[in-house]
Amino acid sequence: MATVSLEKLVKRYGAVEVVHGIDLDVADREFIALVGPSGCGKSTTLRMIAGLEPISGGNLRIGGKIVNDLPPRSRNLAMVFQSYALYPHMTVRENMGFSLKIAGQTPEEIAPRVEEAAKTLDLTHLLDRRPSQLSGGQRQRVAMGRAIVRQPEVFLFDEPLSNLDAKLRTQMRVEIKKLHAKVQSTVIYVTHDQVEAMTLADRIVIMRDGHIEQVGTPEDVFQRPNSKFVAGFIGSPPMNLKDAEIADGHVVFSSGDRLPLPSRFRDRVTAGQRVTFGLRPDDLYPAGHGIHSGEDADVYRHDLHVILTEPLGNETLVFSDFGGAEWVGRMLNPRRLVSGEALPFCFDLSQAHLFDGETGKTLRG
Amino acid sequence: MKGWRPPAPFLLLLPAIVVLAAVVIVPLILSLYSSFTPFRLTQPASLYTFVGFRNYARILADREFWTAFGRTVLLLTVALNVEMLLGLGLAMLVEKATSGQRLLRTIMMFPMMFSPILVGFQFKFMFNDNIGLVNNALQSLGLTDQAIPWLIDGSLAFTAILVAEIWSSTSVFAILILAGLLAMPKEPIEAARVDGCTPWQTFRYVTWPFIMPFAYIAMTIRSLDVARAYDIVKIMTDGGPAKRTELIWTLVSRTAYADARMGLANAMAYVAILLSILFTVYFFRKLAAARTQIAAEW
Ligand SMILES: Nc1ncnc2c1ncn2[C@@H]1O[C@H](COP(=O)(O)OP(=O)(O)O)[C@@H](O)[C@H]1O
Ligand SMILES: [Mg+2]
Repeated sequence: MATVSLEKLVKRYGAVEVVHGIDLDVADREFIALVGPSGCGKSTTLRMIAGLEPISGGNLRIGGKIVNDLPPRSRNLAMVFQSYALYPHMTVRENMGFSLKIAGQTPEEIAPRVEEAAKTLDLTHLLDRRPSQLSGGQRQRVAMGRAIVRQPEVFLFDEPLSNLDAKLRTQMRVEIKKLHAKVQSTVIYVTHDQVEAMTLADRIVIMRDGHIEQVGTPEDVFQRPNSKFVAGFIGSPPMNLKDAEIADGHVVFSSGDRLPLPSRFRDRVTAGQRVTFGLRPDDLYPAGHGIHSGEDADVYRHDLHVILTEPLGNETLVFSDFGGAEWVGRMLNPRRLVSGEALPFCFDLSQAHLFDGETGKTLRG
Repeated sequence: MKGWRPPAPFLLLLPAIVVLAAVVIVPLILSLYSSFTPFRLTQPASLYTFVGFRNYARILADREFWTAFGRTVLLLTVALNVEMLLGLGLAMLVEKATSGQRLLRTIMMFPMMFSPILVGFQFKFMFNDNIGLVNNALQSLGLTDQAIPWLIDGSLAFTAILVAEIWSSTSVFAILILAGLLAMPKEPIEAARVDGCTPWQTFRYVTWPFIMPFAYIAMTIRSLDVARAYDIVKIMTDGGPAKRTELIWTLVSRTAYADARMGLANAMAYVAILLSILFTVYFFRKLAAARTQIAAEW
């Protein structure tokens, strides 16, 4: 049973506190992704779990046992580093078998496990090379191989794909997912890339400045963000988030443009309240080019001028002007648009979000 | 030949070539030649008698020479190994220092700034049996009440020379190994810790292979140094007592200047140089192997 529990975990460097007492329970065999912008304390948290950084406060439990003061070697976990951290003087075979050798296994015991991991990761033909003779993607696979050979209870990944090009990244993402299905270990996966987090994780932990903003399944954090920060962080292209004020049943933007206040927010705001209005690009589309038909009661229609388009083939991102700011919409089954063209747009207000202007917290019930 | 001009690069390098020839190549050839003659400073004409390999034959059968040769190899082996260990320890301590590392690095280099002659005098004084610091300290600590004859007893004198030699040059190892430690990526060490290594295993399997080439560079430099060790020995014991600390180079200089037998001395010198070259080649081989191992980019 490899549950991992963080209880009020704190990290201080000298007088500076960088992780502010975070709580998190990771279930056995769960795939958890820690996401957040650069510098928010993801790596620090992961390294505390690994035992590479001393814990300044709170408790860390692995399998229910407090491990705060155990050295990394006594925690039975494997880590894949962003820079891969392969041993440069060892061959791929030696790299992968190293932890077993240290654990006192004989070459006869080590060889089959290395061979098997190599087969899984398609590294068999590279076993006798040194890391310097490998490409980035191959090194990455060796780093993974080194981790899986150990059959640890917990895998820790620190941005393992961020040094790869886009195509390899997508490919490796799939591999990691398959791997998790196969090895059935607990995984804690750090990334700054929300797409990776969304596609891989059972649950996502969104961090910001050493705090946890929200924990939830990918659907949760995408559909029900608790704060403006999460709303803006998850989803690509990001949600349109515009400051506005509430006035007589409408959301009024700085330019004076207004949208009707969705009914479910009516009791939650007061007139004159400052809010942030959020709408995903999927919910802002030229009439007839959306996910929904656009005939629902909660759809508000308005003509917008196209400023710019980004054709992506199966869809086109449309940038247009509303309420004194730029909004991104998504056009399915696209046709060619010219800039300056005026189009009837649908605002699907059933999908709109509203956040408090001061605290950034959601106003959803 | 009219109109022929030597190529420009050659012309431009000519001054350097002339100087090099005058100060290096000509003396080298001259000394090599004189090692095939019975040349004595007191009999200049003897320079023109060619005797073939007679000097070399005499050296090969010369017990005194082989004793000095063996002692030089012994000094080299012991000094290099001890310096390596001490230098490694020093470098690892300095690398751990979180503040004042710059200052420590500078202090570490102090011994290298002294001329070997000064080091010789210094240690000659420290190991003096009557007024030396070493005996004084030992007596004050109550470890002995005798005046230990450091520079008078043969093997003690050899030890004293070793100490002086090691003191003056451990920093060569320390500096180079420290450079290696600082250049070393930290992630593999962390990976090793997660992979289950104790601190000792981390050093043994990850750190040491990485800094080995740096240690070999220091070895190469120092092997050249020790193989021509002269100054410190000359000052501290001058090969004494009763030639018990005679090294190749003190023997060469004694043969050349005290006995004035230049031809023979030159022959000895060439054998000694051969020894240096062997050591250097050996360490270069090791260095090259270690470099390929860590796939160094230099
Ligand atoms: N050794 C250190 N000393 C002081 N501050 C550090 C140290 N390591 C990281 N930090 C700080 O801690 C914060 C979190 O860093 P990190 O966990 O690496 O962020 P990321 O989420 O990008 O992985 C950053 O603000 C960083 O500046
Ligand atoms: Mg990081």
